[in-house]
Amino acid sequence: MLTVIILFLCLAILLYFLLGGADFGAGIIELFTSEANRQRTRSTSYQAIGPVWEANHMWLVIAVVILFVGFPNIYSVMCTYLHIPILAMLMGIIARGTAFTFRHYDAIKGYRTQTLYNSIFIYSSFLTPLFLGIIAGSALSRRIDTEATNFADAYIFCWLNGFSIAVGLFTVALCGFLAAIYLIGEADNDFDIKRFFKKAKMLNIVAFFCGGLVFLAAETSNIRMAKWIFGNPVSLIAVILASLSLVLLWVSINRGKRYIIRVFAAFQVSMILLSVGYTHYPYFITEKNGNHLSLLTDHASASTVNVLGWALVVGSLFILPALGYLFYSFRGHTDHD
Amino acid sequence: MDDFLAARSQMALSLGFHIIYSCIGMVMPVFMAIAHYQYIKTGNVVYKNITQAWSKGVAIFFATGAVSGTMLSFELGLLWPKFMLHAGPIFGMPFSLEGVAFFIEAIALGFFLYGWNKFNKWFHWFTGVLVGVSGILSGILVVSANSWMNSPAGFNYVNGKYTNIDPMKAMFNGAWFSEALHMTIAAFAATGFAVAGIHALMIYHKQNISFHTRAFKIAIVFGAVAAILQPLSGDLSAKHAAKNQPAKLAAMEAYFETQEYAPLVIGGIPDTATKKVNYGIEIPGLLSFLVHDDFKTAVKGLDQIPVNEQPPVAITHYAFQIMVGLGMIMLAIGILYLICIWKKNNWLFKPWFLKLFIFATPLGFIALEAGWTVTEVGRQPWIIQDIMRTSEAVTPMPGIQYSFYLFTFIYFTLSVAVIVLLQRQIKMVPVVYDVK
Repeated sequence: MLTVIILFLCLAILLYFLLGGADFGAGIIELFTSEANRQRTRSTSYQAIGPVWEANHMWLVIAVVILFVGFPNIYSVMCTYLHIPILAMLMGIIARGTAFTFRHYDAIKGYRTQTLYNSIFIYSSFLTPLFLGIIAGSALSRRIDTEATNFADAYIFCWLNGFSIAVGLFTVALCGFLAAIYLIGEADNDFDIKRFFKKAKMLNIVAFFCGGLVFLAAETSNIRMAKWIFGNPVSLIAVILASLSLVLLWVSINRGKRYIIRVFAAFQVSMILLSVGYTHYPYFITEKNGNHLSLLTDHASASTVNVLGWALVVGSLFILPALGYLFYSFRGHTDHD
Repeated sequence: MDDFLAARSQMALSLGFHIIYSCIGMVMPVFMAIAHYQYIKTGNVVYKNITQAWSKGVAIFFATGAVSGTMLSFELGLLWPKFMLHAGPIFGMPFSLEGVAFFIEAIALGFFLYGWNKFNKWFHWFTGVLVGVSGILSGILVVSANSWMNSPAGFNYVNGKYTNIDPMKAMFNGAWFSEALHMTIAAFAATGFAVAGIHALMIYHKQNISFHTRAFKIAIVFGAVAAILQPLSGDLSAKHAAKNQPAKLAAMEAYFETQEYAPLVIGGIPDTATKKVNYGIEIPGLLSFLVHDDFKTAVKGLDQIPVNEQPPVAITHYAFQIMVGLGMIMLAIGILYLICIWKKNNWLFKPWFLKLFIFATPLGFIALEAGWTVTEVGRQPWIIQDIMRTSEAVTPMPGIQYSFYLFTFIYFTLSVAVIVLLQRQIKMVPVVYDVK
């Protein structure tokens, strides 16, 4: 059953990154859209994510619940030492979700209130994945110092460092890229489709450079990134496949394929997560002193793991088909009242 | 403000707000589904309008409830990492199931809100029902997690170690049924009265009478029935507290001294120095009767509980009195409404009758907050009753007061925003839903 809950944890993280990431990305794209076209972007992204964003958001909750029930030690260490970035991410989540809902459900669409909701939405859409990336970067990179004796070392520098921030920026770029790809398939006119194609290309390039930034930051802070990624066959193959899918993605973009690109984009991002995740597995947190918190050893008792596993298996029998039908029903153009 | 107090305040604030958002978010879909059913059955467009108008409220409250709930799932770890380290694997079962229920609710809501004219009408209706059912289920599950803190079960605690963990036993702990029942009924009573009160106000102002009377009637039936049932479930809860958390019961009643024919104290100002309640009304023997079904049996008082294990008496007592007092007022109004239906009296358009419901709008939520204060403050100084003290669970990170200020600002802003949004929705009812 331990394997089951680990699989569900990975699935939840991956789906949150892909689906929730595309939601955040919609806001990021809006942020980097000219004033003249923002309204168009807004209405396409509303149509695309309106019916599904609440559900997309749930993958985070599932991941957190798996962590605190199944891996309490990992959850507790993260919550203690990464308190500040988690808090910042939460601020982003609350601001973003409510602004998104409020701007649609405000019965009086006043210019000033809408402007306020919009700016809250777009900035928090940027900040949330930034901090998500920072948290991930900090957990993996020997940054958490459980033996620190002063405030700054214990609670600040474990996440406020070049590498974590580079991972954060890379995450933002990937979210924006995923959203652009997703919106291409949701737009209902040629003008917007072309715009989103352009955005997707641009954000793919930005993501590529942010990825380079991560390597650079790793190099300067003695993190053996190259060993992480090229040091074992699985990660290496994942990276090769990601690169191949990148080529196929660009070919498809240039041929104007609207839907197949989603597969390549999702595949590409999954492979990036796999290559980093595999090399660390089963470790979830590596502390400064070299201690590892491992999914295979730092888990709850067998009885808890069993019950959690069954809850997830049975729950997913309800959730996954329903979620699939939701996406299927609202694909492409959405009518909303 | 020290870190411990700041952490407790932040938790209280977050739960205090979340409880309102989530109660409305779980009960409104039920009202909505009933209006929707009426529309499908009768074809009366007014019911469709009510359904759609309420669904906007549901969307707003669901979004705020969902994000504030996500905050809470992290705050448990951010503020009480040592509690979660041990408690997570034990009481996590209801949280996992709640995650599933909440997920289904989010999916169903997507179908419902965006599914008008898109699906078979009964499928569309069913998704609305599913929102309500899974909402109520997740409420019950979360309360079951809380009741574990009051009535820990499903593990052995030996030499500071938590062993023999049985998550199912923990979920179905001794307090779960009475607490979940009390909370669910409270959610229906509070939301029923609040929704009815707002529609009563609109009827009073003679706006869209047909829309608002129909809406009023759906909401108040739930509110009234829940308010009438509530004392019974309250009795169950009190009996459970007497058995498992005598300190809490004693604080609720400001009952300082163990005695036979224990009196029920109504109102009054507890004085912890002299261990007396001043200006209260005492009914001899009633407390004994309520908790032991016998007027004579002694009830354990605060004198039998070590001072460092006693909850704050004054807060618990006042909160309990407020809850019971408001509950009684709502019970009376509920009965009055049922009499009104039974006698086929057309009081509904009488100003005094409407004013009564307008006055009652916030009562349920005040009672809800007070009741929650009783549960949580009455458990202090324990975070897990008799096992772990709240002060042992708090995060080692300093500076929590800044986080508390930040959260206060956020929740305050959010509440103002929600109130403004609802006000605007109500204001637009004639514009959007009037038959032209």
